[in-house]
Formats: sequence, structure tokens, C-alpha cells
Amino acid sequence: MDSKLKKELQAKCLDVKRDVISIIYTAGSGHPGGSLSAVEILTVLYFQEMKIRTEEPAWPDRDKFILSKGHAAPLVYAILAERGFFPKTELATFNAPGTNLQKHLDMHLVPGVELSTGSLGQGLSAGIGMALAARLDKRDSHVYVLVGDGELQEGQIWEAAMSAAQFKVDNLIVFLDKNNCQVDGFTRDICNIDPVDEKWQSFGWHVQTIDGHDLSQIEDAIVKAKSVPGKPHIIIANTIKGKGISYMENKPEWHARAFTEEEYKQAMEELYQQERALQK
Amino acid sequence: MNYPTQLQPFGHALAELGAIDERIIVIDADLQRATETNFFQEQYPERYFDVGIAEANMVGISAGLALSGKTVFCGTFSSFITQRVCDQVVISVGYCRSNVKLIGVEPGIASGRNGASHQALLDIAIMRAIPGMTVFDPADAIELRAMLKYLAENPGPAYMRVPRGKVPVIFDETTYRFEAGKAAMLRDGKDAAIISGGILLPEAIQAAENLAAKGVQARVLNMGSIKPIDKQAILAAARDTGCIVTAENHSSYGGLGGAVAEIVSQNCPVPMRILGIEDRFGEVGPNDWLLARFGLNADAIEKAVIETIEKKGR
Repeated sequence: MDSKLKKELQAKCLDVKRDVISIIYTAGSGHPGGSLSAVEILTVLYFQEMKIRTEEPAWPDRDKFILSKGHAAPLVYAILAERGFFPKTELATFNAPGTNLQKHLDMHLVPGVELSTGSLGQGLSAGIGMALAARLDKRDSHVYVLVGDGELQEGQIWEAAMSAAQFKVDNLIVFLDKNNCQVDGFTRDICNIDPVDEKWQSFGWHVQTIDGHDLSQIEDAIVKAKSVPGKPHIIIANTIKGKGISYMENKPEWHARAFTEEEYKQAMEELYQQERALQK
Repeated sequence: MNYPTQLQPFGHALAELGAIDERIIVIDADLQRATETNFFQEQYPERYFDVGIAEANMVGISAGLALSGKTVFCGTFSSFITQRVCDQVVISVGYCRSNVKLIGVEPGIASGRNGASHQALLDIAIMRAIPGMTVFDPADAIELRAMLKYLAENPGPAYMRVPRGKVPVIFDETTYRFEAGKAAMLRDGKDAAIISGGILLPEAIQAAENLAAKGVQARVLNMGSIKPIDKQAILAAARDTGCIVTAENHSSYGGLGGAVAEIVSQNCPVPMRILGIEDRFGEVGPNDWLLARFGLNADAIEKAVIETIEKKGR
């Protein structure tokens, strides 16, 4: 990734983070920690990699993205609005009565959303179905799925893991947002999923492990995945829950929490400082 | 009552539909002979996927295919496709409005060779409460084929109960017409109405014949389309006969009887009796034996009709 593009995407990440925090602050509820951990992944997908048309969200040859960890909906709303699927002004309605921007994604209310999620563990199976359909229809499109590390505790994920390898769906690229936290604490203390890379390898997947906040590594991993035939792909993205806001980082309690006015102001100030540093 | 039979009408009809519509995909969970999908697989292997013993994943993959423009038939025993994967059906199929046709083989007591673990006695209660879900319970091979064709042609989430193997032929193929949300009056009568469907329909018809021999005229409605349901036919039965007995291969809670009672009680209250399996699990045994044991055969329906007529006008 050249330095000019990298800078543009870094700036976009900061915009998205501001959106995410403002959405949740305005609503007085939401899931900020696991939204902030995957900002860089979705920014690369939506602003660099994915073949999509904002003016034609149902374009048959598009790439698809599924947010299997449906509670990170504020991140998807921010990304889709920044990408132009709907006006940014609508973000302020998140979780308000009558809104299109429900706490968890509703595919029939928001253009650009491919699957209604929120009940964990179901997105990967649907992603296999979409990838199989693309293959049957001989479309050159990819299906991306974002799963959480706590979500790997759901049995359906492993049913899907076996299936994807069995059907050799190599147009399926999964990102694991491995932020090591879940609602009740640290993943290793609740139901340890490690060694997670070995697990996916033994299930027959093409596995890569990256720094999930490094834009170049994210892009390189996608390019690499597309070059390996015959296997589904998982990119284990080591991330930090609440990434970018000092008082949130690596704190499980920020899985689902509202911001106080003071916390909101501090978050905005930290993002402003990061933007200034980027401009230097 | 002895009806002629057809062998494996579901499996053959599904394979026939595969020739007509290339969008049709079939997904299995290691039960292709029980679901009779081996016929489809033999002809269209590229449109057939067996996911192994993983029903949740089967429903999810089906949803993904359906949301990409496919018409997906995914089946297993009716207990597994409803109870075991209830949330996947509610969210990935119902909430997403996926064009997935959920096929429940050997519904209710029909899984008597396998017993309680395989007998779905609450599948209709679950499925009809899911918004937008169509629910069918065919009585014979002719109705089964007609319902299957309807499902292939009409997008949206649906659940169909499927009898396997030798299936009776009750209706005349040349005159039978299926319409979703329409009941068929098989016999008219002024004293009572019996509303039934599925494998209990022959028992309902036999009960009405037994009653007629004793001078009691019972109307018989086949309500194979449980959702949408024929509200007009139910209300006409209530008005014209003054009492209703429902008989179903399902728990007496929340099934066909519940659906009929919801309409009757709120629009035209008349005495009703809901015959179903009373707050208990199933057990092994042949259909005839189980129907007698659970009080669902023709004799039991006849008795219930006489008792319900006595409640009229009280």
C-alpha cells in the first residue's frame, strides 16, 4: 500500500471512529469496544477492496460483506454512511424508536446490509451459502465475513468451518476480530479459543495471522487469500478492543456501554490529536 | 379406510421440479434417503449439497443461497428442522425473509418407528408463530405434490410437513386444485364441523361416515394450508353447524386447533373441541396404534363430535 493511500485510509478510519462514538453517545447505548476493534478491517474492505455499487446495492456481481458479530452494527452504519449508501445525518437515529438503524443489523431496513444478524454464530453459514451461489452462477465475486473471537464459542461456527473446507469455497474470506474480550471478561478466562490458528488449519482452512490495525497487512492478506485456490480463507486479525481511545483499550467492560459526556469529549479530543499527528 | 398409495411422491416431485427450475437447490443433513432427495441428487448433483449432521449450518447455508436468488429446499426429520434449529429458522430464514423451504419429514406421530426424540409434536406451534412463515400439512400424495409446486413458484419462507415412503392417494388428481389459504370441504353437514388435515384426514372422513350412519351430519374441512388459513371457511363452519371439532397430528397446544380457536373465539364463538396429543411426549409404535393410544382415531373423533354437539345452545 503506498503511503498516500495509507494516509487517506488512516484519515477515513478516524472519521469512522468519530461516527461510531457519536452514534453510541447520542443513542445512549451500543457496543463500542467491538466496533472500534474492526474499524481498519472494514475501512480496507469498503474503501479499497470490495467491488460494490452504492447506487445499485443489489448489483448481482458485487462482493458481499456479512457482519456475523451483529452487535458491531454502529461500525457498519458508519462505514455505509461514509461510503454513501445513505445520508450521514441518519446516523443520529441509531437505536431510536422507529429508526432504520436498529441495535443489530436488519438487512431490509438498511441498503448495503447483506444479512440480518445479532444472534451469534449464524453469519458464517450464510456466507458459505452466498459463496456457493456465486460459484454456481460463475460470478467472480467474493464473500467476506467478520466473526468475533467470543463468537467462536458458538457450535455452528465449527459446523460451518468443516463445511466450507469440504465444499472448497475459496471465494470466502473470513476475518476473525480477535480482541480477546467478551461480555463477561477475557475470552481466555471464560472459554479459551486458543490456539485459534491451529484450530482453523486443522479444519482445512488457509490461515493468515496479522495485526488487525495495520492497513497494509490487511490489504496484503486479502490479496494473498485471493491467490490461494481450493480452500476457504481466514485472516486472524489480532486487535485491541476499544482501539484508539486510551481509557477503552483492552477493557471488556467496553463491550456494551454508553459514553458519559466527559468520556465522549475525551474520545473526540484523542481522535483530534491523532488526526493532527497524521497530518504532520 | 384403504386408499391406494404412491411411493415416495415427495422425492420424485422434487426431482421433477429440478428440471423445470434451475434455481432450485437441495440441501441435506445426512438423511437423503429419509428425505427422498437422492432422486434430485442423482439428476442434479451440482445443485445438491449434503452438509453432514449439522442442521444449524444447513439452515444457514440455505439462507445464504436463497438470498443470492436460489430457491432452496432443505430438509430433515420434522423435529430437527423446527425444534433443534429454531433460532436459525427464526433469524436466518424468517427475519431475513429467505426463500428457504423447510421440509419436515415424518411429522408428529408418523416418526413412530423412532419414538419421542424424533416425533415433532410442536412443530406447527413453533413455525406458525414465525412472522411470514407459510405452513402446510398435506393429507395425501396429490396435495403434497400440489403444495410442493406452489412452494417452488412462490418466494418466501415456508415449512412443509412431508410424509415419506408410501403415501395415500385420497384426492382425485384430475379435479384437485390447491390454493394457499383455502380449505376444501370434503363433505357437508349441518350438525357439526370436523376440521382436520395431514395424516389425520382419513380418520376425520371415517368419523363423519360413522356419524352419518347414526343420523348425525358432520361437515369435513381439509385444512392442509395452516398458514395462511382459510378464515372464511372456519367462520362459515361455525355459523352453519354451531360447533367445531379439530383433529390433528400435533400437540393440542398451538397447532391447527389453536389456529382455528383463535379465529372462532374472536369472531363467532361456538363450542369447540381440540383433539391433539395432550401435554405429553410421543413413543414408538405404528400409526394406527399410536392414533388409538392418543385418542385421535375415527372412533375418538366421532365421540368428540357427539360430546361437542351436546354443548350447543347451553
